[in-house]
Order: sequence, then structure tokens, then C-alpha cells
Amino acid sequence: MYKLSGVTKDYQKGRNVIAALQGVDLVIEDGEWLAIQGPTGHGKTTLLQMLGGLDRPTRGSVVFGDQSGTDLAQMREARVTKVRAESIGFIFQTFNLVPTLNAQENVEAALVPLGVPAAERRVRAAQALEDMDLADRARHLPSELSGGQQQRVGIARALVKQPRVLLADEPTGNLDEETRDEIIGLLESLWREKNLTLILVTHDSSIAKRAQRVGVMQNGKLSIRQDVH
Amino acid sequence: MFVTYLRRELRRRARQASIIALGLALGIGLVITVTALSSGVKNAQGAVLHSLYGLDTDITVTKAPSAGNGGSGTFGFRGAFGTGQRPAPGTKIDVDNLRNVFGYGSLTDANLNAVSKLHDVAAAAGGLMLNDTKITGKIPAINFGGGNGGPAGSGSGGGTFQASLKPSNFTVDGVELASKAAALGPLSNSKLASGRTFSSTDADSNVALVDSGYAKSQKLAVGSTITVAKKSFKVIGIVTTPAATNSSDVYIPLARAQKLAGMAGQVNTIYVAANSAANIDTVSSEISRLLPKATVTNSSDLDKQITGSVASASSLASNLGRWLAVAVLIAAFLLASLLTMSAVSRRVREFGTLKALGWKSRRVIGQVLGEAVVIGIIGGVIGVGLGFLGAALIDNFAKPLTASVGPTTGSATPGGAKTFGGPPGGSFPGGGNSNGSAGRFVQNAESAAHTVTVHLSAPVTAGAIAAAVLLAIAGGLIAGSFGGWRAARLRPAAALARVE
Repeated sequence: MYKLSGVTKDYQKGRNVIAALQGVDLVIEDGEWLAIQGPTGHGKTTLLQMLGGLDRPTRGSVVFGDQSGTDLAQMREARVTKVRAESIGFIFQTFNLVPTLNAQENVEAALVPLGVPAAERRVRAAQALEDMDLADRARHLPSELSGGQQQRVGIARALVKQPRVLLADEPTGNLDEETRDEIIGLLESLWREKNLTLILVTHDSSIAKRAQRVGVMQNGKLSIRQDVH
Repeated sequence: MFVTYLRRELRRRARQASIIALGLALGIGLVITVTALSSGVKNAQGAVLHSLYGLDTDITVTKAPSAGNGGSGTFGFRGAFGTGQRPAPGTKIDVDNLRNVFGYGSLTDANLNAVSKLHDVAAAAGGLMLNDTKITGKIPAINFGGGNGGPAGSGSGGGTFQASLKPSNFTVDGVELASKAAALGPLSNSKLASGRTFSSTDADSNVALVDSGYAKSQKLAVGSTITVAKKSFKVIGIVTTPAATNSSDVYIPLARAQKLAGMAGQVNTIYVAANSAANIDTVSSEISRLLPKATVTNSSDLDKQITGSVASASSLASNLGRWLAVAVLIAAFLLASLLTMSAVSRRVREFGTLKALGWKSRRVIGQVLGEAVVIGIIGGVIGVGLGFLGAALIDNFAKPLTASVGPTTGSATPGGAKTFGGPPGGSFPGGGNSNGSAGRFVQNAESAAHTVTVHLSAPVTAGAIAAAVLLAIAGGLIAGSFGGWRAARLRPAAALARVE
């Protein structure tokens, strides 16, 4: 699914240059579940941004899919946006739901850039919420939902477009322990059912070890843990 | 999705949206009110000019008198007695002269005809403004001796003089009766209060219309008789004219006025209507070429001469009012822009998330623009309401305005120049100087400055409302552009970068 070669990302902070990623090489297979661990500020989120096409590396290539031509680092912004819209689902730590749209409308927002007609959007969003056991919360605003419910709406939003890849950035970071287990369980079952490629960033070892493979970010460098599975 | 998102977002930040809308409303309301005020002042100026010259008169043509032919500057007794010698004491005086108003030269019927045939002239009518002066009584026996003459009834020993002779005068306007001339000239502003107006069959008749103010002072009514140049005229109607307008006391058919004043085939004013407001200047130029010695005056010339509170209001509306409206509008646009940018800054994560979901920048910008334009339109609607309110306040509470059109060195303005004294000859007895200038009865022309009172209204035109709508949309677009620019610069990574 992904092939990262020599991916480096530098940020300019005043006169200093901060190397968020240093020459990361990584291959992620289709249908794989990769967890990325590491302390805060060592490049986990930056790596996820590269995988999601949300940012471009300073150097290196991020080849997405089977064709070598789809280097997210070199594509025009409009093309990257299209790839994101069609193929990549995001789940955020803070849920990132639009506060003025209800649960159903938040899920529909993921289908808008695909040009899906309004009626079809409503049907698909309703189904996605039903899959998350949130059919009865479709008309509720995010402020009227619990943390776990909001995250499930986020997951529904990520999955409604049937993406090839799911990128989850600390999806349980703002949840209590019970809800966290529930969400991780849900993600795991979805990964298995839909044969998704799941890349999950977490600082929680108990979550990371549930993945097929665990990578560790340390000072912008990625190493794969061999003692897992 | 677009409308739903827009509606919900505006409801979420209703307070901020209200502030922006109100700011725009104030600016737009002020623009409408000032525009309405300017229109009202223009209408007031138009009313001033129309009251002086008649509803449809665009141009007046007059002529300065040639030397020695200045109209009736002095009263004179030469006509009464056939001699310039002082009449004997005790001689009865009964003089009634109808003379051209001083300061006006004469134009001919041929001039009038030529003007009416000019291209772009819709109609032309002649008018003859005259003064009817009467003196009755007896020449007193007392010798005044010395001093200069002055207006009738003055001078040394004046009390006896006044007791012996009774002077009076009133203004007479000879008016054309043709239907095409009906909307031209000062009589066109009049309303018939009683009786009837002239018909074409009255052209050679001794019939008169009398101004209501003069009728009241002289106790005249329909059916009464007045004497003009020693001829009896029957009053067939009483007319009222707008307050303090340039009205004459008596109106008689032009042909009769010409004959009684000894001015056959002559007029002293030609009133002209152009076939279009756009052609007024062209017609004025053509008349000047046709009659090079005439004074041609149109409304834009008189605009410059108008003084009084109409002129002040005009200056206020066009200077202070306009700049104030522009300043408030700019401030409102700036406020709207700043608040919109601020709102976008608070939605960084939201817009970053939408971009992460695959929303194109232009869709996000479109959302921001849409919200801003809707706020602008709301502001515009409120602004139109405020504009109507401002205009209504002006309509109901503004004091009436006055306008004076002063004298010019020519006699293009009604009444011509005020003057004292006149050519020698026919001097009044008892006067002092051998050259006959003493004791001369002198007649003034009509008052040189004409003051008109008009009500100030502030009409809100469809054009002003359309401009308000455009301003509202422009305000929204400007504010939205600033916000959209801010949103366009957002990196989607900002959404993930906000993770705690």
C-alpha cells in the first residue's frame, strides 16, 4: 500500500531547523495493521501526515498504492486532495467533528467531495451510523454526544467512503479506559471485516501490541519492533 | 450541505454575525439617507426654479434694455399732461400707466417664433411683465423747494404731498393663451381657486386672473372689475401660487398687455422648454447664437445663484453627508473583514479537518464567502430599513428650506435689477433742481431677489435601494475574501497538529 523512501521533514523554527523525520524508510502492505509508538514530539504525527498527504516531505518519496506514479510528495495539491477524498480515512484524537453539523451530517461531509448526490449521501451516512450503533443519535450535535459516541461518529465518517487506508491518530487518547477498549475493539473488527490497511498512532503499548506490526519513532527515526508477534 | 452548514454556522455565531450586519446596516442606511437627502435637495432646487419660471420651463430668454429704453424707470407726467412743465396747483391728477418692468429690454414676436422653431425646442411662450402705476389726486399748492426727489410720497413736507396724491401700483403679467404655452411661465404654477382660467377666445378680451393675495388685499372676487391702464378688466378667476413664488398680481392676455403698454409685437421674456433634459444646454447655445444680444439662462445657471438654506442643505448633503457615509461604510467593511478573518482563525481545526476529508480549498473558501455574503445581505436589508427611517425623519421633521435667487447684472432673473432714479423729464412739481431731477417720482422694479420656501423631502429611489443591495453584497464579498484568503492558506496538517 505504501512505500516510503528516505522521507525527511525539516521545520524551520526561527533560526533553528527541527528535523521531525530523518530518512524514514517503510513499506506497508495492503491490509496490514501497523501501530506507531513513541514519545510525544518524536515524529509520529508528522509521519502520519506524510502517509495521509496532509503535508509534503522535505526530501524523499511517499508512494501510495500499487503504481509507482502515485508519489504523494510530488503530486499536485488538487490530485493529493482527490486521493485523500477517495482512498484515505482519518480518525483524530479529538474527534474533529464539525460542531454545527449533527452526527449524520458530519458523516455526510466525507462524501461531499466525491460528488455523491444528497439522497445517496443520506442513505450511506445513515447506514454507517447504524453500523456504529448510533442510528438513534443521527440528529444529535457533537455537543450532545459522549466522547465514545463522538469517536464512533468519527469512525463512521472515516469509513463511509470505503477507503483503502485508515489513519488513526491517537483515536483513544481522549477516552476513558472502558471506552478506549471499546473503540480499539471496534477498529480491530473493522480492520478484519473490511480488509483495511490500518495505521494507528498511539503511545499506549497495550493498544500497540494488538497490531500486526509495531514501529517506534524516536527522534524522527523509525524502527520496527521485532519482539511483537 | 452548503446551505445547512451556512445556516448552522451563522446561528452559532449569531452575535458576531449581528455585529457585522449592524455595522454594514449603519453604513448602508447612511448612504441611502444621504442619497435621499441629496435627491430631496435637488427636488427642492427644482421646485425653486419651477416656481420662478413655471413647471416645464427649462430656459428663459431676456434682454438687457438698450440705452434710453430701460422701461419705465420714472413715472413722469408727460403722458398725462402732454408737457414736461409743472402742472398748476389744484390740477387734478388721474394717471394710470402700464409700463415695461424696469431693467428688461424687449424681444419681438419674430424672436419668439424663431426660438420656437429651433431643433430640440418642445415649446416656447412669450411673457410681458409690466407695472401698472396709478396716481390720483390734486397737485398741492405747497412748494417743496430743494432736495432731491425720491420715491413717491417722500421728500420735505412729505406729509402734505402724501395727503394730496394717492399712488398705487401692481404688477401685471401678459400671458400667452395657446395650449402649448400652458406649462410655461409663472402662471403655470398657479392653481385656480375660483372662477375660470383663460380660454383661447379671451385673447382680445379685457379679462384678468388675479393672484389670491392681491385679491384679498384689494377685496376682489370673481366678477369684480379692476382697472389696468385705464381700461376695465373683469376678474374671471382667482389663482393661488405657491408661497412667496414669483407671482404677479394680475394676469391678462398677452395681446391686451402688448396693446395697453404700447408694446405691440413685443415681449420681455421668452420661456422655453427643451424636448429633453439632456438637450437643455444645446438649446441654450442655439438660442444664444440666434439672439446674440439676449441673456439666456437655464436651470444650471440659476443653480449657482440660489442662496439660502436650500443651498446650505445642498452643500451639507454633497460634502459632509457624502463623506460621512463613505467613511462609515469603509469602517463597516473593515470591521466585517476583521471579524470574518477572526472567525476563520477560530475554525482552523474545522477547516483543516474538512480539507483532510478531501474538501478542496475553493469549497472551503466558498463556504466562508457564502456566510459573509448572507451576513452582508442581512445588513443590507436592515440598512434599507434604516435608510427609509432616516428619510422619513427628514420628511417629517425637517424645517422648510428657503431659497433666494439674487439679482444679476443682466435682467435674466425675474424682476431685474433694483434701481433708483431714471431719465430726466416729467419731473414732479415742487422739486428742487432745475434739471428736473428733484422730486421725481421713481418706480422700482420688482424686488430683485426672489425668496421661495420649499418643503424638504428625502425620496428613497429604486436606484438607491439597488445601490444598497450591491453595497451589501460587496461588503459581504470583501469580508468573505479576507476570510477566504485566510482559510485558503490553512494547511490540512493543522488539524492533526492541534492534537493535545
